[in-house]
Amino acid sequence: MTPLLDLRDVTVHFDTDEGTVQAVDGASLLVGAGEIVGLVGESGSGKSVTALAILRLIRPPGRIVAGAIEFDGRDLLQASEDEMRRIRGSQISMVFQSPRTSLNPVIPVGRQIERLLRVHAGLDGGGARRRALAMLAEAGIAEPERRAAQYPHQLSGGMCQRVMIAMALAASPRLLIADEPTTGLDVSIAAQILDLLRDLGRRTGAAILLITHDLGVVAGICDRVAVMHAGQIVESAGVHRLFKQPAHPYTRGLLRSVPRLDRDFTMEPIAGAVPSLLDPPPGCRFAPRCALAMDACTACRPPIVAVAPGHSVACLAVEGARR
Amino acid sequence: MSTLASVSGSRVVRRSPRAALWRRLRRNTLSLVALGVLLLLTAMAVLAPTLTPYDPDAPDAEHALQSPSLRHWLGTDIYGRDQLTRIVHASRIDLLVALGATAMALSTGVVLGAVAGYRGGWTDQLVMRAIDAVMAFPSFILAMGITAALGNNTLNVIAAIAITHVPIYARLIRGEMLRVREMEYAEAARTVGNRPRRIVFRHLLPNCVPPVIVQATLAMGFAVLTVAALSFIGLGIRPPMSEWGAMTAEGAGYIVSGEWWLFLFPGVAIMVTVLSFNLVGDTLRDLLDPRMRGL
Repeated sequence: MTPLLDLRDVTVHFDTDEGTVQAVDGASLLVGAGEIVGLVGESGSGKSVTALAILRLIRPPGRIVAGAIEFDGRDLLQASEDEMRRIRGSQISMVFQSPRTSLNPVIPVGRQIERLLRVHAGLDGGGARRRALAMLAEAGIAEPERRAAQYPHQLSGGMCQRVMIAMALAASPRLLIADEPTTGLDVSIAAQILDLLRDLGRRTGAAILLITHDLGVVAGICDRVAVMHAGQIVESAGVHRLFKQPAHPYTRGLLRSVPRLDRDFTMEPIAGAVPSLLDPPPGCRFAPRCALAMDACTACRPPIVAVAPGHSVACLAVEGARR
Repeated sequence: MSTLASVSGSRVVRRSPRAALWRRLRRNTLSLVALGVLLLLTAMAVLAPTLTPYDPDAPDAEHALQSPSLRHWLGTDIYGRDQLTRIVHASRIDLLVALGATAMALSTGVVLGAVAGYRGGWTDQLVMRAIDAVMAFPSFILAMGITAALGNNTLNVIAAIAITHVPIYARLIRGEMLRVREMEYAEAARTVGNRPRRIVFRHLLPNCVPPVIVQATLAMGFAVLTVAALSFIGLGIRPPMSEWGAMTAEGAGYIVSGEWWLFLFPGVAIMVTVLSFNLVGDTLRDLLDPRMRGL
C-alpha cells in the first residue's frame, strides 16, 4: 500500500478569549491510495477540524501550529495558497454533513458541478455540462438532465447528497473527505449513500477519509479505522481487528455503547463527557473517564505503540498488560 | 378534473419562483396599480416627443398663463409653454437621474459592502468608517454641497445622489455577506478551491439579492424626491430643461395670483411617482421575505 495522505503530529489550536483550545493534538493518520479509512469519535473530538486542516482551511482564530500533512509525497503545510487552491476540489475534495445547506441555494445543481469542472478540469461549457450530467447519472440520480436544472430546495436530502458526491468526484480527486455524509438522512437512504461512496470510490480509485460517530457506518465500508478522543488519535487498526480486539479503553467503551440485538449484553455508555480542550492537563485525556486509569496516566501523554502489525494504541494500561 | 390531471401525470408541474412571485403580486391590487403607474411613466418617458403636439421649451407669448383647457389640458406657464408637454418631458430627466443614481450607488455600494463583509478585519473597518463618515452628513445637505461645488449639470446631480445612496447598499450587503459567508455552501465553495473573489461575486452575492432589490426600488423613489428637491432650490436640473421640482418651484410663485395649475400638476407628478416606487418596494419586501419564500 502506497501512502497517499500522511498526517504526522498535526496540532491545531484555536485562540479564544478564555485561552487556547487544543482542538487537535498531535494527530497522526495514514491513508493509503484507494483505501477507505474511518475517523471515529464523539462530537467535539476534533474530527472535522482534522479534515479542514488537511485542506488547510482552518480559519482564524484557529491555526495549525505543528505537524506535517504529506499528500502524495509533498507537505501541504509548505504549499503556497495558490497551489492549495489547485489541490482543493481537484486532488482532495470534501462532502459535508448537511447536503441541503452545502449546496448553493440560488444556483441550479448542475451548474454548480459545471463551475467546478471549468475551474479544475479546464473543460469548456459543453464539455463541463456533459461531464456534470454523466457524474449525476453515476451518482444514481434518475433523469439527470431535469435534476441538473433544479435548485437544491427542489431535491430531497438524499438526492442533494448524491449531487454533493457527484460534485466531489467530478474532477477525479485522489482523496475524498466525507464529513458525516449520512447524518440527517434516514437509514435506508444513508445505506444507499454509503454504498454509492464505496462504489464510486472504488471505480474512480479515490481514497476516502470517512468521518463519523457511527460505528455501524465504519463497520459497513471502512478498511481501517482511527479512533479520536479529545483531539488525539488514541487507536488505529484494520476494521476487523478493531471490532474484534479493541485495545484502548475508549474504543472498547465506544463499542459497548452501541446497542446490539444479536448478543445478550447491556449497553454501557461511557462515563463523563469529552474533557474541555481549553488548556487540558498533561497526560492521557481519557484518564478522567477511564476505569483503568493509573497515577502514571495523568503524568504524561501515553506514547503510541504498535500492539500488532497495523494496530497501534496510545494507552499505558494496554502497554503495561503486554509486558 | 384539471387539477387531477396535473397531479396524476408522471411529472409534478412546478411553478417557477418568478411565476409564484407574479401570482402573489397580482393579489395586491394597490401595488399592482403602482406597478402599472411606473410602467406608464416609463412608457411616457420613452415616447415623450410623440405624445403631445407642443415643444416643451419653445415659448408662445400669446398663450401665456392659460388655465387648463382642451387645447392645453394642464394649462400653460408664463412663457406660454404647454404644462402637460413639460411634465411628460420632465419624466425623462427625473427617471433618468433616479435610475442613473441608483445604478451608480448600487454598483459601488455592493462591491464595497461585499468586500468589507467577506474580508472583515481592517478592510471592513476602513470601508465602513468611510461609509459612516458619509452618513454623518444629512444626505440632502451633502447632495446640495456636491452639486453646489461641482456645478449642477445632470451628471453631477446623478453623482451627488449616488454618493448619498452608497451607504444604504454598502451596509445592507455587508450585513448579508456576514450572514452568508458563514453558510456551509460558502465553506463548500472554499473546499473546492475557488478564489475569494469568485466566492464573493459568483457564489455568495446572488444569495444577497432579494433585500437589495427592495432597497433599490425604495431608493429610486427617494432619488426622484431628491432631484426634485435639489431643483426646487435651484441646485438640481437647471431651466429651461423641464424638471418636476423646478416646475413646482416656478409654479410656487403663482400660488397667490391664482395660477394653481402651475405648481399643482408637477407636484402631483412627483407625489405619484414616489408613492408608486414606495408601494412597489414595500410589496416586494413582503414578497421576498425569506419566511414567505417557497410558499
